[in-house]
Amino acid sequence: MGINLLRDKGTPVDRQQFSWKDLVPKPISKLNVDAFTRVRIILMNGIESETMRFSHSCARMNKELQGYLARVRRKEQHQQTIVNWLLPADQSPLETTIAYEQVAIEVTAALAKAEPDPYIAQVLRYGLLEDFDHLYRYSALLDRLQGIDANTITQGYTDIVPGRPTSDEHRDPLDDLREHYDKRKAAPLTKLHAYTILAGEHQTHDYYMHYGPWFADPLARQLYAEIASIEEQHVTQYESIIDPTESWMEKWLLHEANEVYNYYSCLEHEDHPAVRAIWERFLDYELGHLQFAIDVCKHVERRDPAEYLPETLPDPIAYESHREYVRQVLRDEVDLRTDGSRFVNRSQEPDRSLSYRKQMNAEGSPSETVAAGWRWTPGGELVADKGLREAA
Amino acid sequence: MKSPQSMGMNRSGIDLAPQGAEEMRKAVREFPPSSEGNQHTLAQLRAPYVAEADPIGSIPVPGTLTGAPKSGMQKLMGRHAEVLIDKLGGRLTFERTGTRLYDALIAKFSSRKDEATMLSVDQLQQFRAEEKAHIGLCWDALCQLGADPTAVTPMADTHAVVSLGLMQVVTDPRTSIAQSLYAIHVAELADNDGWHLLIKLARELKQDDIADGFQAALQEEDHHLATLRTWMEQICLDEAGVR
Repeated sequence: MGINLLRDKGTPVDRQQFSWKDLVPKPISKLNVDAFTRVRIILMNGIESETMRFSHSCARMNKELQGYLARVRRKEQHQQTIVNWLLPADQSPLETTIAYEQVAIEVTAALAKAEPDPYIAQVLRYGLLEDFDHLYRYSALLDRLQGIDANTITQGYTDIVPGRPTSDEHRDPLDDLREHYDKRKAAPLTKLHAYTILAGEHQTHDYYMHYGPWFADPLARQLYAEIASIEEQHVTQYESIIDPTESWMEKWLLHEANEVYNYYSCLEHEDHPAVRAIWERFLDYELGHLQFAIDVCKHVERRDPAEYLPETLPDPIAYESHREYVRQVLRDEVDLRTDGSRFVNRSQEPDRSLSYRKQMNAEGSPSETVAAGWRWTPGGELVADKGLREAA
Repeated sequence: MKSPQSMGMNRSGIDLAPQGAEEMRKAVREFPPSSEGNQHTLAQLRAPYVAEADPIGSIPVPGTLTGAPKSGMQKLMGRHAEVLIDKLGGRLTFERTGTRLYDALIAKFSSRKDEATMLSVDQLQQFRAEEKAHIGLCWDALCQLGADPTAVTPMADTHAVVSLGLMQVVTDPRTSIAQSLYAIHVAELADNDGWHLLIKLARELKQDDIADGFQAALQEEDHHLATLRTWMEQICLDEAGVR
């Protein structure tokens, strides 16, 4: 599929219409759907959520753009509703959390593998090992709280083992900041990666903050508190790789282009007919939003959008298992730490991060406690010693 | 009758991804746990929270205690009246939710009668009406004791939390009549024992008029439970094609 970001008109904003029935589609089946369809749904909710967040921030700082942003934002909000409402009611908050971490692992790995800027690729791999560990901790919680095997959600695509231990991930805020790409020199793909990963991590943080208090169990409440804190670190990390000298208009265009890129990536991989139809529809809607923003750029800001946007899209995000890649990163980089924006060996970690971590773990570590001696096994640890058949 | 659950491919088990499962086992061997211990280690973190926890709330004091006590309350003087108030509040909540559960089931059944031909809307409506009448019984008993029937007692709150999952099952358009009935079956089992306990408690606390009034409700609940058991069995055997 050849998409021209500067010329393809998509569905004009004024022809993008919804109804309340439309906003509530049939949900996917938790049991039958392929895990990567669920991964795409969750990421696209995050992509829409990030666009909403940006649009509001932009409106607060740019009076002349408020009307334009508001018109597009209403469409984005309704799109997000349709996407997020695809998740079914029988998928519990903890099961959805497992799926969020699968998103974080498989999407981050896909981006890191494809990322042309070596430093940004390193940043992505650094975050990858931390989210990889979160899947292991939450899987232990799901098994030990409810007796449910997390692999019923991840479906064999993603390993469930420790990564960089969550208890080691707590850092001084200054050690979460990274160097940003140069907006004039960075490849378009680097910018799309940065906007995508920021969207995914920010919604993950918000999800954990929303559902942490939903749990009765104090260990679950502590674990959500601990991992939400890391997700906040990740948001700090990933927003710092975006060039802060991009103008508001440039950032708006990049957000819209990134939505086009992400819906296009979903469409390229999707087999679920009803979900595929949504990706197709919203790809056209996002092209409409991009054209709308391009017009604003030309006529209000009097800038050429080609200064900011590529004409064509890079290859789509690879929605597939990255098992071997993740394992190799784990073997090679589990002991990496950060000193400001530099990546260093754990022996060189600054005192400020060591003392912060010591303080936070002073009364015990929920992520270590929940997974004490825990190993993933088909069906969960309760059946591990029962001599049940080896299914594979 | 074809089971509504017999369509499509379930991907939740490892038999559909045997290679992935084998790879996961390899990873488990290469990357061991980062902390020692076992499932009992978790109790150490929870124990202080349990020891230091505040209750979820208190039993509301009957408003009339500030004035002249009502006749029912007079009989309870010197006894733990709050226990009866708490349990009555719980029963009241459960009957409200039970009525709504039947509302949801009736709405679903009206569109999917072919899934359970042994059910009738009239029968479901009757059960629903009886659950609703039981709300009034509990309400009046609480008033008789001078308690506020609009207050949420701790037991009422516990019932409300328990019922969340039941309501999720019945109101989900994807669940079958059989699955919805299962949720109502769980509710009726707890409901039935709840009435037995409430009557016993009322008699022990010398509230015989209240206990007598509840006896008819218990008979209706007995009928609900027996009928549900029969329906559950019939639907299950129908789905299996052996009836």
